[in-house]
Amino acid sequence: MDDVVEIRGLCLKRGQRTIFSNIDLTALRGKITAIMGPSGCGKTTLLRLIGGQLRPDSGTIAINGKLINTLSRAQLYQIRHGMGVLFQSAALFTNLSVFENVAFPLREHTQLSEFMIRDIVLIKLQSVGLRGAANLMPNQLSGGMARRVALARATALDPGLIMYDEPFTGLDPIALGVIVKLICDLNTALGITTILVSHDVQKVMQIANYIYLITDGKIIDQGTPQTLQDTQNPEARQFLQGLPDGVVPFHYPAIDYTEDLFY
Amino acid sequence: MLWIADQLVLLGQAVLNLVTNLGRSAIFLWNILYRKPHLKKGFPLLVEQIYFIGVLSLLIIMLSGLFMGLVVGLQGYSILDKFGASQQLGQLVALSVIRELGPVVTALLFAGRAGSALTAEIGLMKSTEQLASMEMMGVDPLQHVISPRFWAGCIAMPLLGTIFSTIAIFGGYLVGVVWLGLDSGAFLSVMQASVSFSSDILNGIIKNIVFGIVATWIAVFQGYDTVPTAQGVGRATTRTVVYSSLAILGLDFVLTAVMMRSW
Repeated sequence: MDDVVEIRGLCLKRGQRTIFSNIDLTALRGKITAIMGPSGCGKTTLLRLIGGQLRPDSGTIAINGKLINTLSRAQLYQIRHGMGVLFQSAALFTNLSVFENVAFPLREHTQLSEFMIRDIVLIKLQSVGLRGAANLMPNQLSGGMARRVALARATALDPGLIMYDEPFTGLDPIALGVIVKLICDLNTALGITTILVSHDVQKVMQIANYIYLITDGKIIDQGTPQTLQDTQNPEARQFLQGLPDGVVPFHYPAIDYTEDLFY
Repeated sequence: MLWIADQLVLLGQAVLNLVTNLGRSAIFLWNILYRKPHLKKGFPLLVEQIYFIGVLSLLIIMLSGLFMGLVVGLQGYSILDKFGASQQLGQLVALSVIRELGPVVTALLFAGRAGSALTAEIGLMKSTEQLASMEMMGVDPLQHVISPRFWAGCIAMPLLGTIFSTIAIFGGYLVGVVWLGLDSGAFLSVMQASVSFSSDILNGIIKNIVFGIVATWIAVFQGYDTVPTAQGVGRATTRTVVYSSLAILGLDFVLTAVMMRSW
């Protein structure tokens, strides 16, 4: 089976607002699938749906053939052992050191000895270049370092699927380069299926195998980076080229300007 | 007429919200009780939380208890002396502290010191996505974060209440015997003769336990249910103190009314 994540006919509403309307999406095994779209379009919500933290109003979400929106809590927690998530805020446990943060999933889900846990944690921290920071606390880390530690923690159990929520936001160029390299390395070296949520067009075009563009709860375009560069879809072109005005207007809907000024 | 209808709608919404929140908090409590702490992994977490909630509250509880005892001793002496009954000071101090002041003041202090800290901590964990990341690692935050804090509060509160009452009685003794010159033997023997273990001390402990459960329940629920913003955490913390204080005072009346039958 090549599809690790398969979403069909996904619909989600919050009150009167439609978040997703009939979304079909597939993440192929061992590939980097990117989900792009403007801020507030529901990209993070989509990751929460895939992770089973939210349930859709209709449609199906399957991970390795298992419909996660029909699983019990225990089954869902079991599936999450094979899943890693890198949150935008890194979400490190602030009361634990870097070492203990990475060791956390190992202690919770395995019966490994302390020696084994120590070795695995050091290997994971070495892979993100932070073995020397093992004894630091999260408040002593920069944003980029915190995200690298979170990445080490997300991969501690060697997951088959890893999801990144805005991994490039708020990083300096060096930290950005490091994160891009790590995402690529994890994908190519370990064959981890990757779902990447971002609105950084340049970086996503550089590393993704397949891209979905979401706006207003719908997939407006999809394809490989090469095909999307030549897209004729005006909304997709506006987003990818970063044009301030177009199908998505510069101005928030309002009454006529002159009428408003001379009221 | 329209204004009255609007007010009725608002009242109806407020009642519905109240019932909904009560229902949600009851389900939340059930989920905490249902998820028994894991003995091997949960015990260290429980001990850690008893330290944070109980031990770190000791100073404020002991100081408050001492001052409360001093004040009750002083006030009681001035009133009893008018009737030539100053020898009964031991009884007055002991009964007022054991039956009422000890449990109520300890619970109010507990809500202000430990309850607000619990809400803020859990609320911040939620707003920084620590709870979400734990969930995505397949670790149940209710079991790992909420349950140890809840049980620690339930265990710490009766102990703090007992310490408060003991020190308050000592404060009354200091004022009555050391300062105002009452006979030490009379103070203690009157107290011993008038305080019953089953109807006074036990009832005081029952109040402590009930207040501990309610105050901790409110604190952890408000933290877990907080809107994950700085403002949301602030409001949740305020709600914890307000709701806990009202619940403690209201329950105190109910419990006292029930317990008076046996007095």
